[in-house]
Amino acid sequence: MHTARLHKWLISGPPLAYLLIFFAIPTLIMVVASFRDPGPYGGLAPLFTGEPGAAGVALTTDNYARFFTSFVYTGLFAKSLLYALITTAGCLLTAYPLALLIARSPKSQRDLLVLLVILPFWSNFLIRVYAWVIILGPQSVFVGAFNWAIGLAGLEPVRLLYTPAAVVIGLVYVHLPFMVLPLYANLEKHDPALLDAAQDLGAGAWQRFWRVTFPLSLPGVYAGAALVFIPAFGIFAIPDILGGTSGAMIGTVIKQQFLDSRDWPFGSVLSMVLTVVAVALAAVAAWFARRSRL
Amino acid sequence: MKRSAWLAAAAVAGYVFLYAPLAIVVAYSFNDSTMNAQWVGFTLDWYRKLFRNQDMLVAARNSLVIGLTASAVATALGTMAGYAMYRWRLRLLPLLVLAPIAIPEILMGVSLLLFFVMINLTLGMLSITLAHVAFCIGFVAIVVRARLAGLDESLVEAARDLGATPWQAFRLVTLPLIMPGVVAGALMAFTLSIDDFVITFFTAGPDSRTLPLAIYTMVKITVTPEVNAVSTLLMLLTLVLILVASRLSPGAMRGR
Repeated sequence: MHTARLHKWLISGPPLAYLLIFFAIPTLIMVVASFRDPGPYGGLAPLFTGEPGAAGVALTTDNYARFFTSFVYTGLFAKSLLYALITTAGCLLTAYPLALLIARSPKSQRDLLVLLVILPFWSNFLIRVYAWVIILGPQSVFVGAFNWAIGLAGLEPVRLLYTPAAVVIGLVYVHLPFMVLPLYANLEKHDPALLDAAQDLGAGAWQRFWRVTFPLSLPGVYAGAALVFIPAFGIFAIPDILGGTSGAMIGTVIKQQFLDSRDWPFGSVLSMVLTVVAVALAAVAAWFARRSRL
Repeated sequence: MKRSAWLAAAAVAGYVFLYAPLAIVVAYSFNDSTMNAQWVGFTLDWYRKLFRNQDMLVAARNSLVIGLTASAVATALGTMAGYAMYRWRLRLLPLLVLAPIAIPEILMGVSLLLFFVMINLTLGMLSITLAHVAFCIGFVAIVVRARLAGLDESLVEAARDLGATPWQAFRLVTLPLIMPGVVAGALMAFTLSIDDFVITFFTAGPDSRTLPLAIYTMVKITVTPEVNAVSTLLMLLTLVLILVASRLSPGAMRGR
């Protein structure tokens, strides 16, 4: 028995220690940093003050007060939420036909079709974003064709790169597989007999979809929505590369706080709020998914 | 019938949406023009230029060194974590293994930046490697754990009955059986490390540029078709790694 305990510690100990040091402790440092004063030259002010009679530990809620009283930053959160929401809707619309087609393909082809959805996802993230710099760029033949087309409708040519629209397109592109996979996993399990029954009872194709397939797929929709929404909300590289100044999101500003203006306590506050919102959203999604399964 | 044709068309459009951007990057890497616009003619100049670009070569070497080191350490620790999670009912370890995968990447980047500065570790190759190990452990652990779930426990018991010590039973029976999972996990860790941008961005110093950081600078400052060439090569590398990994452990590459 004694050696069994020893084995357990020998095997689980090293990874546990590593993750405590390089994940748990840094996270706690960030939590504490969000309650500290910024240093005079960036970074952090000393945590322990030498002033006689003072409490000895300099902690403040000023950073949080600054966040919640500033329309700039709360507005930025609202904007990021909105972008993430549009992205989720865009992913759902694009992913549903794909997932449905894969689920209704012959069994032998399904694995290949799923693999084809995942494959681009394994190529470098930056490359997938960069591709849209080419496609949406000012010299792009695609933008040229697009502007020619809307010109026929009497509209002024538009710029696409470095706009919120470019950010949302990039977000949808990068997160699409996260929506396809849970949707497919759900749709694949549907009993085709249900659709036959609905047809026998006189339901048209559209009715069969909206009253049988779609309600049954809701757990997959919620799971996919959570997998898209949460990372899209906190993303930094996509608005940074495709967004320009008008397309900034919360992740872009966290980066600015840490690397450009070097206000680490405030950057930590933004990160904390981002974490809390992300965890809360994950909990809501889990709750919805469980409820819809009952 | 009409509906299924409509569905197929929408799904084909979905696949085009997924692949066209990557195809465009590959195509322009062979275009004989400094602009990513009109097709002028076929050239390999951008690849030649790339192989003479000293910054890029240094960045590629850094990425390789970090990727090999980080994936080796993460594979060892991740295999231990995966085995521990399979063998015993643990509370803290599964949480610490899964949390880095679940939270937004940027949080891990900034908290590690704070941590490294606090312990006075100069940002560079070491800090990047330590950070990469931290986020790779979880992925290795999940793959190894999944492989262990399919293990026939009676084989280990038989070895023990025949007088093997627990260590011998692990090394001679369990480890060879889960080896495909371990190798797949290692390849996954290597791919994730080579590809990582966000966490590297926050934990890198001025003299430790990796390939994604070099690409980022090129994309942000000067977009030349060299980016297309390096992107194409990276895609090719990833594709080869996936093919090897999926040969070794079918099903392990699902989901991520």
